[in-house]
Amino acid sequence: MYVLLDLFVTFFEIGLFTIGGGYAMIPLIQQEVVAKGWINMMDMMDFIAIAESTPGPFAVNIATFSGMFTSGLAGAVAATVGVVMPSFIIILLIARKSANIFANSYVRSALCTIRPVIVGLITVVIFRFAKLGFVTANTTRFPIEIRAAVTLFLLGVIWFVQKRRGKKFSPVMVVLASAGLGIILYGIIPRLFA
Amino acid sequence: MNQNKEKSGTGEKKRDTYRTRFAALAKSFLKIGAFTFGGGYAMIPLISREMVEKHGWLTDKEMLDIFAVAECTPGVIAVNCATFVGYKVAGYTGATLATICVVFPAFVIISTISLFVHAFKNLEWVAYAFSGIRVGIIILLFMALLKFVKHIDKNIFSILLIAAAFLLSAFTTINTIWLLMGAIVLGIFINLYKVCRCKRGGK
Repeated sequence: MYVLLDLFVTFFEIGLFTIGGGYAMIPLIQQEVVAKGWINMMDMMDFIAIAESTPGPFAVNIATFSGMFTSGLAGAVAATVGVVMPSFIIILLIARKSANIFANSYVRSALCTIRPVIVGLITVVIFRFAKLGFVTANTTRFPIEIRAAVTLFLLGVIWFVQKRRGKKFSPVMVVLASAGLGIILYGIIPRLFA
Repeated sequence: MNQNKEKSGTGEKKRDTYRTRFAALAKSFLKIGAFTFGGGYAMIPLISREMVEKHGWLTDKEMLDIFAVAECTPGVIAVNCATFVGYKVAGYTGATLATICVVFPAFVIISTISLFVHAFKNLEWVAYAFSGIRVGIIILLFMALLKFVKHIDKNIFSILLIAAAFLLSAFTTINTIWLLMGAIVLGIFINLYKVCRCKRGGK
């Protein structure tokens, strides 16, 4: 029971402090959910991929996942309701007044300072994820995982080519392309040279 | 179906009350929740197609205002949109209905997947795929980062804030929530004392 309440409160907090969509949530999830031991960093990276390649709001996907892993269906409900609640309440308060909140200079200047902070926080998460993907523990000669570096380079090339052709490199495409590269670089190529 | 019944019953043309809107609202948001990949931003065109073009419940201008608010208020963008649109179209019940419907498909899909995911990830070739995907995630985060950077005022103050947030988060154990609250308080102070003007705040 305590766990359910904890899940609800934690995700309520996360929902309340997320401004600008699912990715702004990741620093918070990393701190709250990973620190509490509900999921680990590796799981979280995999969740992001799964959340991106399944339909539905990204934030809801992550909340459902964490809840489900922590304490089954009841946990999933608690986390999902928790993450949705702040949006629901705040929007109803705004919609009822139907005033333009941007006319308020305080709201504008708060957005002005909060966005750079989110950028800083996401940058830290990128470094933490990169450390997990790139730095290998078992190599004695060279601490960088070469296959990960090659994957990153090739993804960058695909991104660049798509951009030159005026097309988007959508998140689902990123997941599919990186999965394909993973299978080739981690599965097929080592077998060819083994 | 409800509408047909009322049509024959009252002889009116097509009654557009809150009650007739509920079913259509639920159907629209279930569809939106089940078929959009990549969260709130991807939903925006779909929501506006359903609400503005198909049903004519909202105007383009109203829709744009709703999206602007949804993006800048705390919370999940998709839920913000659904709640706001639901409220505008059919009051509190509409808001509740739209919110539940936009979340429900994701909830079902993810709970089902999470039952199998550990067994799935332990398959050898799937594990290889996930090794690649963990690198792909870095690209995804980087793309999200670029999107945020686009909405920031380009001045020395923003750069200082980015640097401060980065350093505090990377090298201290200060709670992220305090950092975000600090940012909000700072924003309020800036406005009180008119330290600098925020050009892009409302976008």
